[in-house]
Amino acid sequence: MERMSGARSLMVALEKEGANIVFGLPGGANLPIYDELYKSNIRHILVRHEQSASHMADGFGRVSRRPGVCFATSGPGATNIVTGIATAQADSAPMIAVTGQVPSKMIGRDAFQESDIIGITNPIVKYAFQPMNAAEIPEVVKKAFYISSTGRPGPVLIDVPKDVQQNEAEMVFPSEVKIRGYHPWVDPDVREIERAIDMLFTSERPIILAGGGVIISGAFAELQSIAELLMIPVVTTFKGKGSFPENHPLSLGPIGMHGHAEANKMMVEADCVLACGSRFSDRSVGTFEEFERHLKIIHMDVDPAEIGKNQTTNVAVVGDVRASLRIMVKMLIQKAIKRGGDNPWLKHVNETREYFRQNLKLHPHPLGAAKILRKLREVLPSQSIVTTEVGQHQMWASLFFDVIHPGTFFSSTGLGTMGWGFPAAIGAKAAKPDVPVLDIAGEGSFNMTENSLAVSVLDNLPVIVFLMNNFSLGMVAQWQRTFYDRRMIGIDLKNCPDYVKVAEAYGAQGIRAETIEDVGKAVQTALKSNVTTVIDIPMDPEEDVLPFVAPGTSLKDMILPS
Amino acid sequence: MWSIISVLVENKPGVLFKITNLFRSRNFNIDSISVGVTENPEFSKMTITTSADEKQLNQIIKQLDKLIDTVEVKLLDERKSIYRELVLMKIKVSKPSDIMEITDLANAFKCNVHDVRKSSMVIEITATPDRIDAFEDLIKGYGILEIARTGICALERGYGNES
Repeated sequence: MERMSGARSLMVALEKEGANIVFGLPGGANLPIYDELYKSNIRHILVRHEQSASHMADGFGRVSRRPGVCFATSGPGATNIVTGIATAQADSAPMIAVTGQVPSKMIGRDAFQESDIIGITNPIVKYAFQPMNAAEIPEVVKKAFYISSTGRPGPVLIDVPKDVQQNEAEMVFPSEVKIRGYHPWVDPDVREIERAIDMLFTSERPIILAGGGVIISGAFAELQSIAELLMIPVVTTFKGKGSFPENHPLSLGPIGMHGHAEANKMMVEADCVLACGSRFSDRSVGTFEEFERHLKIIHMDVDPAEIGKNQTTNVAVVGDVRASLRIMVKMLIQKAIKRGGDNPWLKHVNETREYFRQNLKLHPHPLGAAKILRKLREVLPSQSIVTTEVGQHQMWASLFFDVIHPGTFFSSTGLGTMGWGFPAAIGAKAAKPDVPVLDIAGEGSFNMTENSLAVSVLDNLPVIVFLMNNFSLGMVAQWQRTFYDRRMIGIDLKNCPDYVKVAEAYGAQGIRAETIEDVGKAVQTALKSNVTTVIDIPMDPEEDVLPFVAPGTSLKDMILPS
Repeated sequence: MWSIISVLVENKPGVLFKITNLFRSRNFNIDSISVGVTENPEFSKMTITTSADEKQLNQIIKQLDKLIDTVEVKLLDERKSIYRELVLMKIKVSKPSDIMEITDLANAFKCNVHDVRKSSMVIEITATPDRIDAFEDLIKGYGILEIARTGICALERGYGNES
């Protein structure tokens, strides 16, 4: 037991949890915390807007698979991180957000910079704490990390009134905590896994759908073993992109609204799916009723509430996806269950993939999305971490940028938060400083958090912004072209600002790439120089993302490029 | 379909808000909710009644279970549970003979008469929802001036192996 202030105990508890970096911005209500941060060994990354702090913590958390930490003050500081919290929740990313709050006696009196952040964030956090006594803080922090990082990960908020930061108490730092209403670990039911194997083995056209849960639990090797033992083709959700090497002969790539043509086609034709860590989002499966028709569904998920939420399942395996898959691999090996690749389904799958690879029409512009992204893949080392912004470029990345090394691709897939990719890339760089980090960006999305260039430059967290610039809010433009008879409104960004100059203004490197060769060279220059670089690539504003499954329709209604 | 869900929760501030906010944000419906501390002051018990089809009910239970502050979530079987609602009704008295008539009806339904005035009476009925409906139907001819209901609270019959 040791006597110290609430703020000091917060810092000690964070250090005990292994947090060595915090993204944030100080203000009146969290100054006692910052004063202790000053005295601690934890590195502080000063952001220019709190939203970016939350996205950096999110990126850090997804890459390191332990909670990233962000700090914000009360009131507007706290409300500025709401988008980041919602993003982390939608994508099950571990994160701890610590907000300052007005002194406890002022709560509820509409004090200056007071906001009810507990109430505001209730539906978008995994849990929230508001310690009212300094002595609670060590246990609160321990519980916050436990909740955030176990089971289905998610954001946890700790809202600390200023007086609670300042007050001193005898502090006890628990080495473990128990929460009676929280059971993150369920042992997978072995009988259900046996049933799953039977179902997969007896079906004629099986497919594996790998979701984000495979990446979160790091089940890459297990997934690959099962696919190879049973010779089952693998599609992924967009969130699950890169859970399976996309150059693998059994890989078909992501399904969904902008999925690969071959992936959507084979998903529709399959008679049995092994869905691993996927929540069957509407963006992945199209209409729920149509997707589950004629399809036997085996659903593995750590979150029991996902079973039966969007799809009716035939076999449900609740538990950590990696643990479940590991049991499955063991059973397959024990029972010597194997399937050869010489079957009509796999032959058909291979032919379909080959057909679309040969015949899918690509945009003719010299800087078409496919050409740009395939060039990027050529020059970017395979273990590099790639994030994306949100919009057309993101869906092009899904289509044309193959992820080779599992678990190196991250995107705001659930909430679709524009402005996420760049700060998340900075967070990723903080988690893995030795690996190149690149944000596949669109200018509309990059605009939203581009002031993080200052952070990237000054805090020596160099990342590459690969800016696919089509001078417009391209995805909205595409919908207006497709569904609103070309009544174009609110999409024209008019080539403003000049991103090379923006980069230079922040002390970063700016390169304009006007040919495919330029694109390759620019990425190589950025990799070599290891400084923050914005590569501005002017594209044709009229290029659409195709294939396209229109909202409210099913995967079989996929629109192909004509 | 009408269902009764019994939820054991941590007895601390904000938990009721989390439960009701869950129903709101997931587009579930609460017909009635009653809350009170249990024999162990660390817990409260909530009884929630809801109209939902089987699929939605399944989701309601799983989503409630997922909340960290819920300790136990049970779907109660009507036949194996006791469930009651307490209702206070203020009934209009128009002429002196009404008092006798209303009191007779109240006795027939095992209600308590709590307040008798020249122009109104307050009656308490504790019963199952269908009995309350039947009583309300009989009494409404006199004129119901005000009504306050607690929402249903319920317990399973038996304990441990008995239930």
